[in-house]
Amino acid sequence: MITQFFYRALGAKLYWVVGLLLLAAILVPASNLLLPVGHPLRVPNYMVALMGKYLTYAMLAMALDLVWGYVGILSLGHGAFFALGGYAMGMYLMRQIGSRGVYGNAELPDFMVFLNWSELPWYWWGSDNFWFAILMVMVVPGLLAFVFGWFAFRSRVTGVYLSIITQAVTYALMLAFFRNDMGFGGNNGLTDFREIVGYSIQAPGTRAALFAATAVALALSFVICSAITRSKLGKIMVAVRDAESRTRFIGYRPEYVKLFAFVVSAIIAGIAGALYVPQVGIINPGEFAPANSIEIVVWAAVGGRGTLVGPIIGAILVNYAKTWFTAAYPDLWLFALGGLFVAVTLFLPKGIVGTIGGYLSDRREAKAARATEAPPPDLPVIRPEKPPVRRTPHAASPQPAE
Amino acid sequence: MPYVAPLWPAGHLPRKGGDQLVAHLDARHLRQCHGNRLVAHVDARDLPPRGGDGRQARGGRAKELRLQFLRWLFAILLALTTLPASAQSLENLASLLPEGNFSDRAQTVAAIAATGDPRAVPLLEALAAGDLNVVESTGQIVTLSGRGDPLEATDAITGDSIGEIAKASVERIRVNNSLRRAVRTAIGQLTLMSPDANTRMTAARAMFQAGDPVNVELLDEAIAEEQNPAVLQVMREARAVAILRADAEPADFAEAVDTIAARGDRQALGILQAALSSADADVTPTIEQGIADIQSRLALLDVGQNVWYGVSLGAVLLLAAIGLAITFGVMGVINMAHGEMVMLGAYTTFLVQNFIRASFPDLFDWSLAFALPAAFLVTGLIGVAIERGVIRFLYGRPLETLLATWGLSLIIQQSVRTIFGASNREVGNPGWMSGSFDFYGIAITWNRFFIVIFALIVFAALLLVLKRTALGLQMRAVTQNRRMASSMGIRTPWVDAMTFGLGSGIAGLAGVALSQIDNVSPNLGQGYIIDSFMVVVFGGVGNLWGTLVGALTLGVLNKFLEPYAGAVLAKILLLVFIILFIQKRPRGLFAQKGRAVEA
Repeated sequence: MITQFFYRALGAKLYWVVGLLLLAAILVPASNLLLPVGHPLRVPNYMVALMGKYLTYAMLAMALDLVWGYVGILSLGHGAFFALGGYAMGMYLMRQIGSRGVYGNAELPDFMVFLNWSELPWYWWGSDNFWFAILMVMVVPGLLAFVFGWFAFRSRVTGVYLSIITQAVTYALMLAFFRNDMGFGGNNGLTDFREIVGYSIQAPGTRAALFAATAVALALSFVICSAITRSKLGKIMVAVRDAESRTRFIGYRPEYVKLFAFVVSAIIAGIAGALYVPQVGIINPGEFAPANSIEIVVWAAVGGRGTLVGPIIGAILVNYAKTWFTAAYPDLWLFALGGLFVAVTLFLPKGIVGTIGGYLSDRREAKAARATEAPPPDLPVIRPEKPPVRRTPHAASPQPAE
Repeated sequence: MPYVAPLWPAGHLPRKGGDQLVAHLDARHLRQCHGNRLVAHVDARDLPPRGGDGRQARGGRAKELRLQFLRWLFAILLALTTLPASAQSLENLASLLPEGNFSDRAQTVAAIAATGDPRAVPLLEALAAGDLNVVESTGQIVTLSGRGDPLEATDAITGDSIGEIAKASVERIRVNNSLRRAVRTAIGQLTLMSPDANTRMTAARAMFQAGDPVNVELLDEAIAEEQNPAVLQVMREARAVAILRADAEPADFAEAVDTIAARGDRQALGILQAALSSADADVTPTIEQGIADIQSRLALLDVGQNVWYGVSLGAVLLLAAIGLAITFGVMGVINMAHGEMVMLGAYTTFLVQNFIRASFPDLFDWSLAFALPAAFLVTGLIGVAIERGVIRFLYGRPLETLLATWGLSLIIQQSVRTIFGASNREVGNPGWMSGSFDFYGIAITWNRFFIVIFALIVFAALLLVLKRTALGLQMRAVTQNRRMASSMGIRTPWVDAMTFGLGSGIAGLAGVALSQIDNVSPNLGQGYIIDSFMVVVFGGVGNLWGTLVGALTLGVLNKFLEPYAGAVLAKILLLVFIILFIQKRPRGLFAQKGRAVEA
């Protein structure tokens, strides 16, 4: 049954994506570790960490796309799940510092010693175990998503309201994590990590391994998301996105469908955060900032929402552009990002992948139509008319939740 | 500056008119007058009598003139006899202090009091305390403080530090009890009996702080003569404090407790608590009652203060959210660039003020009046441009509108940062907006007060626009049923553009107000945007009253939570509260009624 599940899940496109990711997981570390420094094909150390970061962003964007592109929930708070996963991992990494911190306290992280705390707060329990940290990376964001989603979806908070509320959640979390009393390092967050499962976090080998782990995790979550979206549940998800009330009237429970997608998405985002922190070396409350969460949305939008490949491509492209801009023209980056938001929503509502995919499928259809009906080549191809994008009446009957 | 005090017996100083006389004036007095409270003192007496100060001479105009003439005459006579000696200056009188016996000194003290010189007060106080010494070699009068030898010395009149002086080189000016009494009376005359209400007030306040039982008689005398009710009140309170610390009759004591309790502030509470610790058993209940009264009054005052803070925060939220609410209500569009409109309004204020400061400095106090229409126009036009340029292509896709406007907000923010720099810009407060006033013990700053008023005016104006104008009618129609409104011939695109312009313009007005209480920086808008959303979500759309109630509720709740939870936690609690609240009412407090499944 599982084989069948995966067989169904693994379409042709999926083989390509997973294959490429696994190839990267092998090739990049190999080139970094095995080739001598200065070799033209060698991936430099900083590039490994940078690419690893991009891949965690890609994972995050894909997680967002699962709820936005497929269920129509525009979450402006996905950064919160990412950051929570990151904090869960950061706590483990903090404990691994042990007595090598500035204050040399084997039990307490430096900032707690600094704040004159005498013992670990209860919620740091178990943070010295790697397996427990991994568990928390998934449980904490998942639980938050479950509780929030349970309340929000059951009371049918939808559309813009839901977006604003998710934004408020991440804003509230940001404020909370900025407090020193929270026991998560306040303003500075968690940083100055030394080692992960016994390996130095700065070593090229560890970095390469982290990159490979990220690529594999991205591939895995891609497979899972594909499996979900291609399943019957995936069809209901799309139905909820396009006409929630109709789906409800047919007899489905949209709130549970939404809740499922939301929780899965939050868990993937949490894992992405956990992989992000050791590669970047810091997690602080700034990750909760609402602006970050909105930026994730534009990654997915540029790549193409409603396609799982799109957000991966979008996240990598936009972040590459960000890296380039902030180095070359730091003042222009916000103009570019803002322009991207406007341009994508106005001119590229389906994103890069969606537009290309639409073009290709149009061509395929046209070809098929030509093959069956063989119309004279100079006659225009008659295509089913697309619903007009511009000026849809506001309260048009079953309004897609977008 | 006319300065006549030395010529008149204390307590019977010349009144209005007589002050014009320059009877005794030397350069030293002039110097001391400038930048000294005394200037105000004399000026106050130059003014025509006011209702409050009952010490002004009464009687007909003719009598007044006659008196004035007599005073002139008398003054000139006195001036002729005393001027050559110039003996009446404080310095000269002080140098007489070491001489003669105690009764001579008492006369000198009376003369010193008669100078009305404010520097006399510390001099006399030092004398009564026995700190006054005369340097034997120079005859200089100095104040010695501390113990040991040598001692730190200061000039008794000017208060300048002189350095250390050996005990052997000075002689103490001795005092006895009758002299002390004379000194106290003199001080009282100098201050409590001063013709200037401000001086009397200051003296009474000082006595209230000191609470010395020996002042009771002096205060009694002053109370008997005092006719200014405000000063009288403080004198009574000062007397009450003095009585609380003396061994008074139980009846007097109870009355004193009542007087203090009626004052009802923290200081009064401290006085009563101190009195309680040393009081006899039979008066304890009286004091406890007084303390309880004050505490309940203080608690009430705290509530009042919190309500005011809450209302003032609520007014700011209302200003920031109301524009958002109408665009969201009419168009279903969340304008993420709304905060940037507020910011642009604040920067417009900055530009207008700069222009006025450079070109018409006299009009500076009116700069906000010019800034308001300018900000409304600038942000309103930008709003219309945004609607025509971007948003109209995105109707029916509210989430994408949200993203596009967010992009616009980034662009606007970065443009402002490029043009004006990232640092804060200085926007001045007009004179009428600075300072504060006291409202039944609640301190209210003028700028917050005017912002509350302004927010309410904007609210009322908007209500008027919505209810009484054609545009308002059309806006309401479009809010309720866009397609039906369109069928009735309403140009919905035009209504959309106008609504967006209006909403943005109001954001600009909010920016003018916020420039008065917040830093004008490119990040100004971001600080308000999430709070504004919360107000809109909480209050519900399509109804301005929802926004008003939402803003005030959130403001007051926030300020009530703050003392218990701290500012950050209060905000978090509020967000959690709103999230839970919309579980109950997903469309906000004042939801639009309708039959659509998906509004």
